Amino acid sequence: MISLSRMGAIIRKEVRQLRRDRLTFGMVFGLPIIQILLFGYAINTDVRNLHAAVADQANTSLSREFVADVEATQVVRFVDQAETPAELEAMLRRGDISIGVFIPPDFDRRVVDQTRSAVHVLVDGSDPTVLGVAAQLRNVPVQFGSGSQRQAVELIETRAYYNPERRTPVNIVPGLMGVILMMTMMLFTAVAIVREKERGNLELLINTPVSSAELMIGKVTPYVLIGLLQLGLILGVGRLLFDVPVRGSVLDLYIAGTAFIAAKLSLGLLISTAVRTQFQAMQMTVFILMPSILLSGFMFPFAGMPQVAQFIGEVLPTTHFIRLTRGIMLRDASLFELTPDFLYLVGFTVVAMTIAALRFTKRLD
Amino acid sequence: MNGDYAIEAQGLSKHFGNLKAVDSLDLKVPRGQIYGFLGPNGSGKSTTIRMLCGLLTPTEGSATVLGTHIPGRARDLRPRIGYMTQKFSLFGDMTVLENLQFISEIYSYPRTDRKARIEELLVRYDLTEQRRQMAGTMSGGQKQRLALACAVLHKPNLLLLDEPTSAVDPQSRRDFWANLFRLAEGGTTIMVSTHYMDEAERCHRLAILDRGVKVADGTPQHLQATTGMHVIEVLAEDPYAAQSAIHDLAEVASVTQLGVRLRVLISERFDQPLEIVESALTRAGVRAESIISSATLEDVFVAVTMGPEERAA
Repeated sequence: MISLSRMGAIIRKEVRQLRRDRLTFGMVFGLPIIQILLFGYAINTDVRNLHAAVADQANTSLSREFVADVEATQVVRFVDQAETPAELEAMLRRGDISIGVFIPPDFDRRVVDQTRSAVHVLVDGSDPTVLGVAAQLRNVPVQFGSGSQRQAVELIETRAYYNPERRTPVNIVPGLMGVILMMTMMLFTAVAIVREKERGNLELLINTPVSSAELMIGKVTPYVLIGLLQLGLILGVGRLLFDVPVRGSVLDLYIAGTAFIAAKLSLGLLISTAVRTQFQAMQMTVFILMPSILLSGFMFPFAGMPQVAQFIGEVLPTTHFIRLTRGIMLRDASLFELTPDFLYLVGFTVVAMTIAALRFTKRLD
Repeated sequence: MNGDYAIEAQGLSKHFGNLKAVDSLDLKVPRGQIYGFLGPNGSGKSTTIRMLCGLLTPTEGSATVLGTHIPGRARDLRPRIGYMTQKFSLFGDMTVLENLQFISEIYSYPRTDRKARIEELLVRYDLTEQRRQMAGTMSGGQKQRLALACAVLHKPNLLLLDEPTSAVDPQSRRDFWANLFRLAEGGTTIMVSTHYMDEAERCHRLAILDRGVKVADGTPQHLQATTGMHVIEVLAEDPYAAQSAIHDLAEVASVTQLGVRLRVLISERFDQPLEIVESALTRAGVRAESIISSATLEDVFVAVTMGPEERAA
């Protein structure tokens, strides 16, 4: 039997201490805002203005027009000129440019000769993103004069749903919601309990009639509210600065958010039962943080990842939450259409919470 | 309830790996008394107290605390015992008043009486001026009074204190003990661990622990009367020379220097202790005055914690 008044006492104490801990209190609101600004403005998968150099050995009006067309795509920006392919290679090696364009002396003839390529593009392929962007250059047409007709037959037509302007923040912000909540929720709970262990408060608490369930729920509840506040904050800032839409139901989003917060808090509790110092708690949190950022589909499309990475990703609650937020916010999906991900979060919470509670009672031995 | 004892333990043991922190401890703590636990650091005092309040599960043995059997039903016991940890364990970032309020809520102290009880404790433990002060910024003595106030707030029948005076000045220690006696007069049984001899002397009864084993048990007077040792006090101008003259004698169990005085323990098996000491001093040419003395608690402690080969000396 859980005593509500004892649980209330723990909650009030927790809130009181949190209010006095200026740094943590600032983190609650400062962290999401800083992260969203950082990620929203810095992460951009729509790459532009890659540094390039050209070696135009043909130097005809046709080749010069081609170079101008390439620059007009805004994919590359020519920062230098070279005489030979070897010079281009040297520039690549030094890291001065990512893309080198070599136009051979017989460019005009090659353009009409279908069997030989007219232009060579040298790419720093160590970054696959650059390689992918360079592939776009293939589509730059070569036109003879202004009147001549372009022969273009498009077999496939692409229609971009949900984010037709291809703005990265639209995809990043819903994912960021998962990453930010994960960081704060997991770290706050793990540290909150370990801190009491370090300061000796826990030995006192264990000796009072308070039960481990009352203690755990009492400690976690204020953070659920904080998590929901953060959720609103991220939504608001995303809307205001990056025009990120919420096409589905906000209620669904909050329900999914609550499930995710609960999952992360239980994980935080579980961490707190396994470590002895706040520093260890931080390390454990980072240990879970990294795969959650990299393997959850936040950074890279999930289906494109290797099998093993996908398997690990499936275990992480963040993966499921990001699917939920992207579904609800961008694709107007309802929670019913996304049931498996939601159920995973609930199941994760129950399992993690149970293990944490079982481990907690055995603490001092 | 089993009659006159607040705590009865049989064969209580706690092992951490190969270390026997507490080894087959038998205890009988009478109700309404102050029972001391004397022993050096690492002798198993804290471990025993933690087992008695259910924080640690005994490896072997069992105990009855206030009629409740442990291990097993330690939870039922919580509302009736008060526990003061060795390290200050209240919340440093909350005020004195907030700490007391929190404790009163956690123990479900009757809501209507809470305020009055907290006021009473603030006055009793001289904390009225500090009521709005953060607990973490108080002095050692004030922290200790707050810890005691919190431990007794719910009026427990049994109070377990784990080295409560290790971080406070002598005046605070005296006041603290005055408070303990007042609580004992009110019927509270108090078990207190310490490594101060003067504190041990104030206890109604005490047990001496050494490396997890109880080596003596009784009233301080009884322990002093039954050391099994003669005590000779030697007053010498050069105590160091006197010590080297006596120390290696086969009959001498131990020599402790206290300023210019030496306290020499000799087993009661030897009939004429004074002559043994005096002749050794004369042989060494040390000028000194020797008298037979009665055992202090410190002598008892030295006698019972020495190894068997020293004792046989």
